[in-house]
Amino acid sequence: MNYHWNWGIFFQLSPDGVHTYLGTLLAGLGWTVATALSAWLMALALGIAVGTVRSLPGAWPQRLASGYVELFRNIPLLVQMFLWFFVLPELLPVAAGDALKALPNASFLTATICLGFFTSARVAVQVAAGIDAVAACHKLAARALGMRLSQVYRFVLLPLGLRIVLPPLTSEFLNVIKNSSVALTIGLMELTASARAVQEFSFQVFEAFTAATVIYLLVNLATVTLMRVIERRTALVGGA
Amino acid sequence: MFAAFDFDVIARSWGYLFRVGMVFTLQLTVFAMAGGIVLGTLLALMRQSGLKIVAFFAGAYVNLVRSVPLVLVIFWFYFLVPYLAAWVIGAAEPVEVGAFWSALITFTLFEAAYYCEIMRGGILAVPRGQAAAALALGMGHWQAMRLIVLPQAFCHMIPVLLTQTIVLFQDVSLVYVLSIPDFVGAASKVAQRDGRLVEMYSFVALVYFVMCFALSRMVLRLQRRIAIA
Repeated sequence: MNYHWNWGIFFQLSPDGVHTYLGTLLAGLGWTVATALSAWLMALALGIAVGTVRSLPGAWPQRLASGYVELFRNIPLLVQMFLWFFVLPELLPVAAGDALKALPNASFLTATICLGFFTSARVAVQVAAGIDAVAACHKLAARALGMRLSQVYRFVLLPLGLRIVLPPLTSEFLNVIKNSSVALTIGLMELTASARAVQEFSFQVFEAFTAATVIYLLVNLATVTLMRVIERRTALVGGA
Repeated sequence: MFAAFDFDVIARSWGYLFRVGMVFTLQLTVFAMAGGIVLGTLLALMRQSGLKIVAFFAGAYVNLVRSVPLVLVIFWFYFLVPYLAAWVIGAAEPVEVGAFWSALITFTLFEAAYYCEIMRGGILAVPRGQAAAALALGMGHWQAMRLIVLPQAFCHMIPVLLTQTIVLFQDVSLVYVLSIPDFVGAASKVAQRDGRLVEMYSFVALVYFVMCFALSRMVLRLQRRIAIA
């Protein structure tokens, strides 16, 4: 096999004349982290709201929440990206659509919103499951103490339920990091796109992708470690 | 809002979209599912193996694949497969493999890691007494696995395996990054040629939604039927 390895490539100047190839990769990592974190915050807020609605008594709240979940779960992420990026600006009034297209960092904003909605549907399912897992007697006891339904959720069901679903939420966060790579299709220069750029300019395919893979592994490791600390800090005494 | 919506572009490209694009997507989904489940089951058995080194390598493979994004894996194999093929057949130069085979190898190897974890769960869910009883009847380890444990594990996990296959069906859309005309790729080629992005991408989303929704409902019904039995 006549492939010329050259690990020194990362310290050479890239065609932009300012950064080394390593700098290109690190800038990509920056976008990956920024996209993943902001999408995750959005997904948590929306997911907790929809998950709460899903656990409410009555058929209509549940139908509404299931509709939301099914909508975002049954369309491929790539297609959702295209809908937000290419289709939405055309469906808005002309002025609003043009303003949207002219935004600086339009692909970053689009990717964040798209990933936020996509992930929120999955978070909602887990949050609803967490609330269900808190024994029904907790709810009854809180009601018996004279709490209103909103108070039951605020003080009992959500604090307990969210702690139960912390481990699956961790893997959902790992998914957000990985899924942010789909944003390269709408022009976001995140980590995978950066590795692809390094490969295209330097022709060092395997070095570029190896570096990106190692960075993803390190980010995963850091995330898992951080989430373990949070899990330990928020653990319930004696379990739920 | 839909006044300028051009339904004609969908009618015009119908044949290309479905007979070329959707056929590619479905073929890749079905073959990668079959390959992924076989390879995934092997990996699951390896992870349960008493040989530490075998279990270690299978575990390392699964964890590695599950930590990197599919898009990156697609790029990896797109460039790696020609070298692998050259190595397998002993050629001196990298071999041209072609879009379908390259994508099939990628998705089989990638999905195997996910199917592996599902099958591992299935194997662990079969009571240990079953394997012990099989061994007591005089079966060897492989016989016990093949005739007693694996069939039960597989039956238990059919709904989960199918759900993963729906995910795979959606993931196939990512071959778009290699400009392969799968369903999304075909639609985007038409969209760019005719300047009809709104119509094409909305239509693609609708088709995926209807298919995946129907499939997931069928899986749910199957799951309920199995649960009663």
